[in-house]
Amino acid sequence: MVLATIFQNGVSIEFYIVLSTILFVIGMIGVMIRRNAIILLMCIELMLNAVNLLMVAFSTYFGQADGQIFVFFIMVVAAAEATVGLSILVMAYRNLRTTDVSIFNKLKG
Amino acid sequence: MNLETIAIILGGLTIGSALMVIISKHPVRSVLYLVLTFFMISANYILMNAQFIAIVNIIVYAGAIMVLFLFVLMLLNLSRENEPKSSIMVKLSAVIAGGTLFTVFIAALKDGVAVAATTATDADSIGLVESLGRLLFTKYVLPFEMSSVLFIAAMVGAVLLAKREKQIIE
Repeated sequence: MVLATIFQNGVSIEFYIVLSTILFVIGMIGVMIRRNAIILLMCIELMLNAVNLLMVAFSTYFGQADGQIFVFFIMVVAAAEATVGLSILVMAYRNLRTTDVSIFNKLKG
Repeated sequence: MNLETIAIILGGLTIGSALMVIISKHPVRSVLYLVLTFFMISANYILMNAQFIAIVNIIVYAGAIMVLFLFVLMLLNLSRENEPKSSIMVKLSAVIAGGTLFTVFIAALKDGVAVAATTATDADSIGLVESLGRLLFTKYVLPFEMSSVLFIAAMVGAVLLAKREKQIIE
């Protein structure tokens, strides 16, 4: 079943711009205040989802499907990124016995 | 209840559950609140007539990626609250930096020129599998095939990284 789009029913595009900006900023603050590396990866997923939300909103707003295809590709890249990131994290935990990002400073010159 | 009210309630719930992700101390609770956030975002997609993306979001994010996160939390035995606290200065400066970024983004909207929403009658069905699949296999077929190469690279990399180092040396 297909309803008329919500942008023809009084919801403005600014609502979704503000909503996804707030979600992106929450993800960014989470990256800065948390020190568990797994939570950091989760905050990156939150930021990616904020961008996805904005892309779907504009795709619906302009009536073009290209934005939703790009959301699909962002999901593909996010899945690959989460897999590799978590396996790097598991390996780092095996060597250092912690996931605290302030311990991961061995690459610092 | 009209659609505008539903959109505002859903937006508030999305922001609330996203805030709980970064506030809650327990890592498992953070993962569960992130799953809730993804469900809320999927509800927003359904509200915007993007049914295919909504289902894919639930399957891929809430179903696959978050289960992966939960498994890693279980394997590393991090379910207890042992995370060292950041200092209050770090938290304060992070919130100030985030608020500044938010202000800059919203201030950039002020000079934006409003473009009217589409009024095409077939615009309602662009989020269905039929139109998205047609576009994916004609215009975007090259990126679609390239993403399979990306997945193979990610899979090989994950297997190689997660193996014990002893086995790599032998």
